Amino acid sequence: MSGLLQGKNIVVMGVANERSIAWGITKSLHNAGANLIFTNRQERSYQKLSKLLEKNNIEAKLIVSCDVAQDESITAAFQEIKESVGVIHGVVHSVAFANRDELKGEYADTSREGFLLAQEISAYSLVAVTKAAKEVMTEGGSIVTQTYLGSERVIKNYNVMGVAKASLEASVRYLAEDVGKYGIRVNAVSAGPIRTLSAKGVSGFNDINATIEEKAPLRRNVDQDQVGDATLFFISDLARGVTGEVLHVDSGYHIMGL
Amino acid sequence: MAEVFDRVKEIIVDKLDVEESKVTMEASFKDDLDADSLDVVELVMELEDEFDMEIADEEAEKINTVGDAVNYINSTQG
Repeated sequence: MSGLLQGKNIVVMGVANERSIAWGITKSLHNAGANLIFTNRQERSYQKLSKLLEKNNIEAKLIVSCDVAQDESITAAFQEIKESVGVIHGVVHSVAFANRDELKGEYADTSREGFLLAQEISAYSLVAVTKAAKEVMTEGGSIVTQTYLGSERVIKNYNVMGVAKASLEASVRYLAEDVGKYGIRVNAVSAGPIRTLSAKGVSGFNDINATIEEKAPLRRNVDQDQVGDATLFFISDLARGVTGEVLHVDSGYHIMGL
Repeated sequence: MAEVFDRVKEIIVDKLDVEESKVTMEASFKDDLDADSLDVVELVMELEDEFDMEIADEEAEKINTVGDAVNYINSTQG
């Protein structure tokens, strides 16, 4: 895959640690020759990210602070990116949040505040990021987000996040139509459960993982590297004819009935 | 016992970026080691990998101090 993204500037949002899906994506994009720009939320995560990059011999073209809960922060981040690198060709959006106590029990118990928070960080952030990114994507580009089957089916405990992911996937389609005329594609990867920090926030995650190993057509779990390569496909010109799509990278689990 | 503590300590020092001397059995992750709730989840995951086991959510919630973690691990490694 080397050279597929040579000379391309790609923004990666959402690396929290080595287990992050965004980290698997970072490795795939790096191996394909991309110049990587990272966003981080806090000073603490900046230090963690720098350490991780250093350990893996990956040089960031730029690291900018970006809090997706604030429009001004998003605008400022992409302004800084524009001033520093001029043009970007891709954005990897791998960001979500919900209160942990709403990732268990009954969905009907979701609070108004918790519902809005999950929607804001997990779905609206893609809308706001797309709006800011398209101004810097003057040569066309590709935006890829991360979703999960809980948007289409009921997954126990996934609750408010499933509804946020449904909103995210619908946003992918509407945004794809909006920015298609500028040569920008918007797609989503729907990964099988991966043992990330976020996934551990969903009650009973260890059991979900075991189910995939037993029931998915490929009889194995999905890892960050598989999602990384699928995202690389979407970011690269190999997927130039694809937009508004949700691609399942889940060992085939989503096709199963019983 | 000491061996488990040393392995746990090593992970804590690495993940939380704290001085070795601060990691005692009595140290509270949140109060003494400056960990937020996400850091604690991250640590639990590291411990699961290091000791090749699963810590159920309800058990993980009870882990507040370094000693809690060490004692829990010891109870499962019999």
